[in-house]
Amino acid sequence: MTIYSQISSNKQKTFFICALFIVLLSGFFYIIGLYYGDANGFLALGLVISSFSSVFSYCFSDKLVLFSVGAVPAKKEIHFNFYTAGENMAIATGIPMPKLYVIPDSAPNAFATGRDPKHAVVCVTEGLLAIMDRGELEGVIAHEMSHIKNYDMLVMTVVSVLVGTVSLVADWIMRSMWWGGGSRDDDNNSGSKNIFTFILLIVALIIAPLTATLIQLAISRRREYLADADAALLTRRPASLASALQKISIYPTGMKSATSATAHLFISNPFKKGKKGDWLTNMFSTHPPIEERIRLLKEM
Amino acid sequence: MLNVINYHLLTMPGIAFILIAVLLVFYLVGMYNSFIVLRTRIKEALSGIDVQLKRRADLIPNLVETVKGYAKHEKEVFENVTKARASMMKADTLTEKAEANNAMSGALKSLFAVAEAYPDLKANTNFQDLQRQLEDTEDKVSFSRQFYNSNVLEYNTKIQTVPSNLIAGMFNFKESEFFAATEEEKKKIDVKF
Repeated sequence: MTIYSQISSNKQKTFFICALFIVLLSGFFYIIGLYYGDANGFLALGLVISSFSSVFSYCFSDKLVLFSVGAVPAKKEIHFNFYTAGENMAIATGIPMPKLYVIPDSAPNAFATGRDPKHAVVCVTEGLLAIMDRGELEGVIAHEMSHIKNYDMLVMTVVSVLVGTVSLVADWIMRSMWWGGGSRDDDNNSGSKNIFTFILLIVALIIAPLTATLIQLAISRRREYLADADAALLTRRPASLASALQKISIYPTGMKSATSATAHLFISNPFKKGKKGDWLTNMFSTHPPIEERIRLLKEM
Repeated sequence: MLNVINYHLLTMPGIAFILIAVLLVFYLVGMYNSFIVLRTRIKEALSGIDVQLKRRADLIPNLVETVKGYAKHEKEVFENVTKARASMMKADTLTEKAEANNAMSGALKSLFAVAEAYPDLKANTNFQDLQRQLEDTEDKVSFSRQFYNSNVLEYNTKIQTVPSNLIAGMFNFKESEFFAATEEEKKKIDVKF
């Protein structure tokens, strides 16, 4: 596939996955509504609470992540290739140059964060700077800045709020059932509490949070492919990014300072997996398998 | 008479008609504005190219001084570089800019090749720094050209595709020119293979 068709394909797939997600969400709350008669209270409260933590981390994402990984600002005199790659990608994308930082970790990796292009941050590890040549580094930075340009932080935050809502609501309902069931006489007694809606509800409570998480991970992987394709378009050299990913993938150990909350931001899954993994492992991963990413880049 | 008109306008078809008319106006305004935005972006991208060309030109005097300190007699190299710089500053059209930029790249290549024969010059940290900065400016010019072209692509596509081409015709929005490869640049690619 050409770069352009890969880009459109990824955008379309993101759209379809999100549509599927909306359907799932509606179905979940519909079933709740069937049983209890009114799901609005659950939906509203769930959204509000789930929003609080996600929106907070979204707004301060740049400061939070830097604080947690021990990053140091990059300097042109010391990190010439990194700094100029940042400058050049800003020219090529038309977005302002992000703040650049270096993390003192020997595992090669990079990430980007920030709520919009004006408040963006790109970080690389010392390990990455040590093993990449100028072209490969440019490819990595192009990938990170594509995430920024595509507002992926916003996309993932919105998805995360929705997933959080589903999980919270499922949790509350299950707890209330466990601790003696819902009140017999609701003020909104329009729900039909029969055995069928009950079974439907239980199934929904178990399946919905899991499915929501899987969809969230699918969206994350799709955005990674899109960032790869956009980076290839920016640098006009997909082979450089492919070679960079190759170098990152053969590095044996994972990163010391990543957490599961920040894992999705990195260019390569910071928790090392030994082998390619079967389809089940891949479904639960925030990143697509590296071999697949390299293959697609080489085809462009 | 007025009662009759009001009566007809306030019926379902009447309301639908007004709604459609309003939406159409919004669409036209939005489309016109998006053409203006794209055209302005192109102008900005063009001046972005000039910024990078100027950056390149500004590094030259320092480079010439540094090299002269070690290799005074290499007059031809200095002349080429200075001539190239002059044509870069004078260049007006896109083709002139591309040709001037290429002339500069060629002149610099000769200069750096000549510098190989002067180990003291090669060891000079100022020279090394200027060298990598100039190589970087070549990338910067190339990326700014690419960005300009991607904006022109978006604008020209919109001018030609339906239905935006109708609005483009109405308000006389014309296609912009791409920053295309010059004949010299095309020749270079042939030679490589």
